[in-house]
Parts: sequence; structure tokens; C-alpha cells
Amino acid sequence: MTPLAKLLEAALFAAPRPLGLDALATLDPEASPAAVSAAVDELREHYDVDGHGVELVEQGGGWQILTRAEYAEAIERAQVAVRPQRLSAAALETLAIIAYRQPIGRAEIEEIRGVAVGSVLKSLHERGLIDVVGRSEGIGRPLLYGTTGQFLEQFALRHLEELPRADELAIALRGAGSAVLSE
Amino acid sequence: MIASPFRTVDADAPTFVVELSQFTGPLDLLLSLIRDEQVDIYDIPIARIAEQFLARIGSLALDEAADYLEMAARLLRIKAQMLLPRADGEESWEDPRAELVRRLLEYQQMREVVDLLEHRGEERRHQFNRRWVPQAADIAPISAPLALTLTDLLAAVDRVLRTTKEPMTHDILPRALDVAGAMTTIRTMLMMRRRARWSDLIGQDAEPWQVLSVLLALLEMAKLGELRIAQTRPFGSVEIRCDAVSEAA
Repeated sequence: MTPLAKLLEAALFAAPRPLGLDALATLDPEASPAAVSAAVDELREHYDVDGHGVELVEQGGGWQILTRAEYAEAIERAQVAVRPQRLSAAALETLAIIAYRQPIGRAEIEEIRGVAVGSVLKSLHERGLIDVVGRSEGIGRPLLYGTTGQFLEQFALRHLEELPRADELAIALRGAGSAVLSE
Repeated sequence: MIASPFRTVDADAPTFVVELSQFTGPLDLLLSLIRDEQVDIYDIPIARIAEQFLARIGSLALDEAADYLEMAARLLRIKAQMLLPRADGEESWEDPRAELVRRLLEYQQMREVVDLLEHRGEERRHQFNRRWVPQAADIAPISAPLALTLTDLLAAVDRVLRTTKEPMTHDILPRALDVAGAMTTIRTMLMMRRRARWSDLIGQDAEPWQVLSVLLALLEMAKLGELRIAQTRPFGSVEIRCDAVSEAA
């Protein structure tokens, strides 16, 4: 491996969160962005080709060293590390709405889900998956929520744009609505 | 048509059991009914679906949940609106189900995202990063009796006390005023000279307690009528004279 790839490996090993190319570039002021990018590729291939228990994954707005999925069970059985708890269906629904409509207020979420979401919002916030991103200009200036980097990381998303666009989903919402009215 | 939409709950029946694993809300339940009945979402047979919805929330013991009741009321209102006669060829007629259909579609679309997130999240759960910090520490409630000896407890108290800062203490020495002594001094001085000044009574470097003693003695003696205190002009020096009356007496 090149010295730069080794440096990146050390930094990625030490970091608790994914590191973006910008962060990686600051490790060596003399390395060009292209060289950093090439070193990341080199490291990734190094893990893939030589056969390692870890791999380099791009997600959550950066790169991260993760254990390979095949070892998850053994690691968990030995209680070496703890997996994050699964989210409830109610929490996932709320998270999905926030991911698509952010910034969004509580009333709008409740309108879409048809149920009260106060406690769900609290638990999502405690898990660091959503955060308050501002206040609406509406009456009472309600809080607006958005998703966090932790959300991307926990759902293996490189960035929000990786989610399918709303119009790509099987049901095109607005078209369907007007179709009903024209019947 | 619907015999008893809101089944009266027996006193011993389990109260408010929301089957979370089954339905996440009224829209979820409604969608599931539409799927089970295999009806067109754009042409919902509202009477049938409303009936089923009420039956299901009864059987699920959900009938206390406001969210479900609100939807039940909405369905019944739509049903009533559908029954209203409308003139043929009336252009402005709007399907009372339109709003419901829009919400159902929106909800279904969101459910697709849920499936996607669930899938991605599940895959990600199979990989650990170097240090997974648990988001919420599971603190089990302490139910076991406290096992502790007195020595342990005292040692713990000692440890806590050691870390606290030594409190700042001041020793306050009581130094009583000597009013009686000051009165004797003043009397002696006034016997030698008929009048005296404030500055004559207090030495150059009198301590505060001495000054106070003299002041109180003067006031006390003035009260008793032994002397007079006069100030001839503003800010002038205070003159202390032996009282003529007491002298006469």
C-alpha cells in the first residue's frame, strides 16, 4: 500500500464516524484530491482483494471501516459488540416521512400517518436519527424536524439523494389524485 | 345496517390493547382492509369498508383510540355524503372519497419508503463499525435488595467527603464595647475641664471598638443629663459640656 493509503487507513480506524473526502484530504496537506480519492480506492481494494474481515464502505456522507456482514452473528453471540435496536414500524413510518418531507413539523407528520407522533419523535430524537432543524413561520412557530448523519449511517445511505425520488415510487401521488377528481 | 358499531366493553375486558405489531394507525388498518377485500382504491365501496373498519376496531379493542375513532367518523361521514342525491350532469360534484384516496395513496407511498429503509437498516445491522456506541443505554431497574455493609457505606461517605472542599471558616473574636469605661473617662475629663471636644475624647489611633464605646457613652450620658452636646455651626466641631443642672444637683 502507498503511504497515503496507510495514513487514511489509520484515520478511518480511529474515527467513530464516517469520514468524507474533505476530512481525509486534511490529513495530508500535500495530497491532491485526486490522490486522496485514489488512495481510498486502493484501501478498499486492499480489503476486498486480500481477504479481510473488514471492508471500506461509503455511507453516511463519508467512508467507514465496517466488519463484514458474515461475521455479525459470531460477534454478537460473543457479546463483543451490540447491534442497534430495530426501529418499530411506527418509528420507521415517521422517519420515512421526515426523510422525504424535511423540514417538516409534527402536525404534518400526524396528518400523513393519521396518528399522534409525539412520543415517536422523542425516541427518534434520542436515538440521534432526527434533529430540530428550525421553526416554521406558521402559527405557534412549531418545530421543524430533519434527518441527521446518524440516520444516513444507520440506513447505509451515502446521502439523502440515494433514496428514490417521490415520483419514482410505484404510486405517483399527484397524478393519482387528479385522476380521481376527473372520474 | 351496523348493529352496534361501538361494542360496549365489558368491565373485565382488557382495556385499550393496541396491537402495534399489526397496525400502525387507522390508515394502515384501512389499507389492509382494502387489500383484503381486493377493492379498487380509486373506487372504494365506502359502506362496506366502513362497516368492516368498525368491526375491526371493535374486535381489536381499539375503540378507545381517538385516532381510530376519528377515521371511523370520517368514513361514516363520507358514506352519508355518498348517499346524498345529486343532479344529473352536475359538473361541480366532487367525490367525497377524493380526500381519503389522496391520503391513502400518500400513506402507501410512504410505506414503500418504510420497506426500503427497513431493508437497508437490516443490512446495515449486520456490520459493525469499530466502536458502536449504544444510543440508549439499557439501565435495568434495580429490583434486588441493596446488599451493603455499614463499613461499605461509611467508606463511601468518607470518599465523598474527601473530595469536597474544606469550608472556609473565620474565627470571630468577641470584643465587647466598654461603654462603662468610656463614661468614666469622660466624667474624669469633664471634671478637670468644663468642656471638651470629640477629638479630645478619642486618642489618635483609637480602634473602632473604642470609638464606638465613646460615642455610646456620650449618648448615654446626654440621655442621663450628665452632659450636653452642642454644635455651634454646621460641620463645626462638637462641643461637650458638663451639664449645669446635674452639676448643681
